[in-house]
Amino acid sequence: MFSYCLRRTLAAVPVMVVVALFVFLLLRLSPGDPAAIIAGDMATPEQLDRIRETLGLNQPLYIQFFNWAGELLRGDFGTSLMSNLPVTQLMAQRLEPTISLALLSIALSVVVAVPMGVIAAWKHGSLIDNAVMSLSVLGFSVPVFVTGYILIKIFSIDLGWLPVQGFRRVSQEGFGPFIQHAILPALMLSTIYIALIARMTRASMLDVLGEDFIRTAHAKGASEKRVLFKHALRNAGVPILEVIGTGFALMITGVVVTESVFNIPGLGRLTVDAILSRDYPVIQGLILVTSGVYVMINLAIDLSYALLDPRIRYQ
Amino acid sequence: MTTLFPRRFSATRRRLLGGVAMATLFSTLGVFSPLAAAPAEANTLRAVMHSGLRVLDPITTTAHITRDHGYMVFDTLLGMDDQFQPQPQMADWSISDDGMTYTFTLRDGLKWHDGGEVTASDVVASFQRWAARDGGGQMLMDHVESVEATDSKTLTLTLSSPFAYVLELMAKPSSVPLFVMPERIASKSPDETLTVEDQIGSGPFRFVADEYDPGNRVVYEKFEDYVPREEPASWTAGGKVVSVDRVEWINMSDAQTALNALNAGEIDFLESPSVDLLPVLQANPDLTVEKINELGSQTIGRFNFLYPPFDDPQIRRAALMAMNQTDVLASLVGNPEFYSTCASMYGCSTPLGTDAGAPNSLTEGGGTEAAKQLLEEAGYDGTPVVMMQPTDAPTVSPQPVIAAQLLRQAGFQVDLQPMDWQTLVTRRASQQPPSEGGWNMFFTNWYIPEVWNPLVNPMLNGRGKDGGWFGWPDDSELESMRNEFSRATSDEDRKAIAERIQQHAFEQVTYIPLGEYSIPAAWSNDLSGILHSPVPVFWNVTKAE
Repeated sequence: MFSYCLRRTLAAVPVMVVVALFVFLLLRLSPGDPAAIIAGDMATPEQLDRIRETLGLNQPLYIQFFNWAGELLRGDFGTSLMSNLPVTQLMAQRLEPTISLALLSIALSVVVAVPMGVIAAWKHGSLIDNAVMSLSVLGFSVPVFVTGYILIKIFSIDLGWLPVQGFRRVSQEGFGPFIQHAILPALMLSTIYIALIARMTRASMLDVLGEDFIRTAHAKGASEKRVLFKHALRNAGVPILEVIGTGFALMITGVVVTESVFNIPGLGRLTVDAILSRDYPVIQGLILVTSGVYVMINLAIDLSYALLDPRIRYQ
Repeated sequence: MTTLFPRRFSATRRRLLGGVAMATLFSTLGVFSPLAAAPAEANTLRAVMHSGLRVLDPITTTAHITRDHGYMVFDTLLGMDDQFQPQPQMADWSISDDGMTYTFTLRDGLKWHDGGEVTASDVVASFQRWAARDGGGQMLMDHVESVEATDSKTLTLTLSSPFAYVLELMAKPSSVPLFVMPERIASKSPDETLTVEDQIGSGPFRFVADEYDPGNRVVYEKFEDYVPREEPASWTAGGKVVSVDRVEWINMSDAQTALNALNAGEIDFLESPSVDLLPVLQANPDLTVEKINELGSQTIGRFNFLYPPFDDPQIRRAALMAMNQTDVLASLVGNPEFYSTCASMYGCSTPLGTDAGAPNSLTEGGGTEAAKQLLEEAGYDGTPVVMMQPTDAPTVSPQPVIAAQLLRQAGFQVDLQPMDWQTLVTRRASQQPPSEGGWNMFFTNWYIPEVWNPLVNPMLNGRGKDGGWFGWPDDSELESMRNEFSRATSDEDRKAIAERIQQHAFEQVTYIPLGEYSIPAAWSNDLSGILHSPVPVFWNVTKAE
């Protein structure tokens, strides 16, 4: 098990190096100049040159890369060209909203979608199955911002139960304000994942429910609930876990629309802002961190396979 | 019975789940978050401005949001009132009889946010940093022999040659006002942007560094030691009386979200609502929807003078004849209540406003046939006009589309190239030929105070490739008239010279003004005393508790 973990962890290193190199080059080769953005409309070419020099942007590319890579190895992601603040500080400010929203959404998705998928498989071909599948197509097809605006209209504007926007941190204002502000975005974000996980659970369960050991469990007189959740769901777990894991990674990196609609200061908005202002160190730091999150989540999924299915460990 | 999950794995799995739970706990406990919380009891005004604040140096950048931030934290040496007149703010002044020496005296009670006293040497350093960066300041420096502190409260500016616009430039409200900073901060190079630690001003609000989240939220607290002037507030002049404890600027990238937040009472002030959504705000009796910047903005088209086809004045004149402000404004703004045609390069509501030199077709349309004829006479060879079209900025996206159509109707070949705004601002600095990454035409918008006289209007700069604004017209006649303007002392002389300059600029088609617009702001009726001004300011405002 240890050597399996070690191999998988070491395999992530070249991935990160390639990502770092690719991100650096892609940014430098794409049009846009942070100096022009800082200087604004009135700047003359000489002023732009001087600002570029101050920011170190007129050095040869390889020197810029080695400077950045050297800082990275020392754990320093650099300083934002726009705000002059450390990139780590900017990311730290935005990490909590994104992670807590993603965790809430994924928890909501799993709690709702897994039973839905199990029941749909159990009642395969019935009205319940059709209803679950129809809802899942709907959840999959409606753009998240439409869902968001509908939720805001109903729960915030018409009923006045929840705020229309904003985010509150548990650490500062307690769980009540946090959940009050996070529940609508979490609902908006989870619709697509509920649909995805429910469909995946149903499909995996249908496969497993046709297996011999299920018939054996029934023949032994095991209750329906026990057969479904103890025998079938555990065996259908690997693909479901993969969808949940990948979904979590996607949530962390792809919540920009949700963050905009609900005005949540998360990593998604930081990324878009940094790209629009060509804030190279921030973009580089964010892409490296999100790539790292992807790699770690994939690693965690792989390791959890090994836990779920001992055969994988011996391959 | 065989179990598929041996107990030893269940234990491992529990540990794994425990790890996830711990991560959740850490995240929700705010381990990742260094931001401080807001005090609950304060009388707080929450505003959504036109953009998020990212750069904190109001001298280095001309971004309006940074200028607005500057007005919160830093005070200005002079102010400008709604009659376009410079007025004392931090300092009063006297002028020697020959008009060559200006003496500024700081008023009593001026303090920095960290407790120190404002001195004349702080003002000298601030003046020098401002003058090194601002176009108007640079022009002023061409006529300045020395600026020095004669004692702790007195500053003397001595001219080397006559220049009548000293006070107007030092009092201008936009885009780079003369903000005063402590000497240790103002000594920084103007090419190096100020940091969070440098946000120590003597303005009416104090920057709250530990609540600053760039691009998302910025917080200001009332500066208790600020002593306002006694005169009533007018634009950036007069008493800056602060009546709220805190002002929070929250950035909302989604226009609908900002509207919902204002309607729901979660924010108090929305500086720049989307025009499409204004009727919804106007229908809410709890809100006030009103223009605070009555001067508004001017939208313009600018040529590259270095390369064909617009290196030929005749072809530029053909392009001018082809333009029609109403078409452009209707596409840009939509509702005629919020835009107006205007043939003045200085803005129509300013003292220098004039339509001298402008063809009627610019405001009334119908110039296409004349444009065709001019184009034919010029021998236009079909060289395509490389027109840059930003697609991500709603206030500058429609102009190129309409202009391209108008030019095509007149016989131009137009190569409309879509790009994001940041690519445009980079590319417009290129002096390469259009086929090698350069350009022929682009569009942008200006606040009227940024164009309202020939000295501050960057499009009327005729210094060419070295020292001119993007497009780089090399026009010595224009420069000589601007110099003449800078020496004129009477209003009549200034107006007459400004008219001549505009006439010349239209003949040479230095740029095309494409009309004016002013979008109202919206705020809760809980607020009173919102100041009408070309820049949004938060003194004078009271919020009902």
